[in-house]
Amino acid sequence: MIEFKMPALGSDMTEGKLLEWKVKQGDAVKRGDVIAVVDTSKAAVEVEIWQAGTVQELLTEPGTTVPVGTVIATLAAPGEAVAAPEKRPEKPAEERPQPRRRISPAARKHAEDRGVDLDKVEGTGPGGSVTVEDVERAAKRPVVEEKPAVKPLPEKKAPPVSDRALEMRKAIAAAMARSKREIPHYYLSQSVPLARATEWLEAENARRPITERVLMAVLQLKAVALACMKFPDMNGFFRDGAFVPGPSVHAGVAISLRQGGLVAPAIHDAQELPLPELMRSLADLVRRARAGSLRSSEMSDPTITITNLGEGGVETVFPIIYPPQVAIVGFGTIARRAWILDNDIRLVPMVSVSLGADHRVSDGHRGALFLAEIARLLQEPEKL
Amino acid sequence: MTSVSYREALRLAHYEALERDERVFLMGEDVGSYGGTYAVSKGMLEKFGPERVRDTPLSELAFVGAGVGAALAGLRPIVEVMTVNFSLLALDQIVNNAALLRHMTGGQVSVPLIVRMATGAGRQLAAQHSHSLEGWYAHIPGIKIVAQGTIEDARGMLAAALKDPDPVLVFEYPALYDAKGELADGAVDISSSKLRRTGGKVTLVTYGGCVPKCLKAAEEIDGEVIDLRVLRPLDMAPVLESVRKTRRAVVVDEGWRSGGLAAEVMARIMEEGFYDLDAPVARVCSEEVPIPYAAHLEQAALPQPEKIVAAAKGLFG
Repeated sequence: MIEFKMPALGSDMTEGKLLEWKVKQGDAVKRGDVIAVVDTSKAAVEVEIWQAGTVQELLTEPGTTVPVGTVIATLAAPGEAVAAPEKRPEKPAEERPQPRRRISPAARKHAEDRGVDLDKVEGTGPGGSVTVEDVERAAKRPVVEEKPAVKPLPEKKAPPVSDRALEMRKAIAAAMARSKREIPHYYLSQSVPLARATEWLEAENARRPITERVLMAVLQLKAVALACMKFPDMNGFFRDGAFVPGPSVHAGVAISLRQGGLVAPAIHDAQELPLPELMRSLADLVRRARAGSLRSSEMSDPTITITNLGEGGVETVFPIIYPPQVAIVGFGTIARRAWILDNDIRLVPMVSVSLGADHRVSDGHRGALFLAEIARLLQEPEKL
Repeated sequence: MTSVSYREALRLAHYEALERDERVFLMGEDVGSYGGTYAVSKGMLEKFGPERVRDTPLSELAFVGAGVGAALAGLRPIVEVMTVNFSLLALDQIVNNAALLRHMTGGQVSVPLIVRMATGAGRQLAAQHSHSLEGWYAHIPGIKIVAQGTIEDARGMLAAALKDPDPVLVFEYPALYDAKGELADGAVDISSSKLRRTGGKVTLVTYGGCVPKCLKAAEEIDGEVIDLRVLRPLDMAPVLESVRKTRRAVVVDEGWRSGGLAAEVMARIMEEGFYDLDAPVARVCSEEVPIPYAAHLEQAALPQPEKIVAAAKGLFG
């Protein structure tokens, strides 16, 4: 049997589109006959055959593009019986299993350790496989890979917004997929009365100039930061199979961006900042996050994340940890609800505080105590 | 340090063994008046006398069996089976007796027997005298298999083997007899693989006659060469350590590919070093044909530095 393959009609041709067959099944051909017309992207070329034979089966439909070297027809050699073409059950293309991408075991492990998204790594090993060197190279590229974050935009050539949004989406996808894949989350939530905190804050803000007023979100932030001091197992990283406590509380604050996506940069040493200063840091961070001018340290070292979705009326957040962190605290909306206080039903401003924590590092009991500590701290706003 | 040939190193080792311990004696075909087929025992009959350097009839089964008996009785026989091909006639004595008597007697006896034999191709001795069957023997529990791929081991391994209370098959490589090198005094063990060359890109795992070929190939590809030395029990630690560094390995074995020792080494790298690999482990073995007589065909059938280089390069994109 003779196999007739898509020829390379020029050294730069990697695929060709079959425009037309000049022969049909059963035709006898001789050396030099034109049997097909192929579009090479430069011109339609008549393709000759260099062996005599009888056309047995035409395998490629006109209009189809195939790589150079693909067998597009079979012919019986002179003297060989022409076999009836086999009926091939045609499977729709999407049902055929995609060949698995080649990633060496060492590269796979290395990428996992470094948190590199293998989908974004170009393979240069044998057969285009991804090797450790490829992962190393990808890891050295700017941060976008791993951080669900806008890195500080390059000074000169800012990419168009749509590209950035796309990149950010990919980065968030990678980080969150890794989180859900690797981190066994447990979730807890607790309703916390904010009567005292609200009263105190109102009084406090009343005697401050408008520019120095403090939001409830800042009290919440501070309460979480202080609670982290008592519960160091909520504050830090899970790396190489073990928990590494954070050096201080660098509170990551989830900030949604107007063009979509979110970042969670850190307020450094949040446990030590007085409320007005924390407020200023937060405002500054939000402004710069939205302007796309965050610093790399803010991006890379949050030890815990706080997400506040109260604005949208969310009751309880079920937050997803941002790896390699081990916990994330969510605050829902603050609303007046019936609450029993001093044996009496009262209308009290309430908030639902929730925790998503890494079960490899802490257990529900610790998480519950941590939430209780946040709740306790919020009852003594003057001490924050 | 003095420069000697592999053959002289072997001769020295045997000479010393006979001199050091009265229980040691050498027997085999033509080891006495002819001085050994490969001239390793030249002059020994004259020096040590016919009691200790004994020519035997052409019956491997009989004289290996006599060796087993002598070992059981407290002597330290060194039995020379001229080439590994002829050892097939003595398989029952080696595999069923020497390897098993300690086990079968519940430890009442041991068989401190040395069987030394030449192995491998490359000298136009044709198909029936060119086998590499070390890998076969390495399959058998109860015997230790060592391969002398360097002058150091040609000199040192026999002494170490004589200290072993159990049977040791000592393989030597006629292709290396005339290789020259420095002779160090140091004793060697028969328990470890050794790093023969440090490199960064790829680990070449080999033994015996392929050691010099790998060293040559390694020059071109920044290869790290591990000489297995002991084929049973295998010492994989240096191999795995090297693979952790280079992330690539080529196993080079003059035995045939299918079911060979190279396959065993590859399997162990998979079992214990899988997550260190950046490419599938490759091997270079002999072509699966009877070893040809014609020189150019024989050379083409065996692992060669060029084939090793090509296999190593195939592990890179």
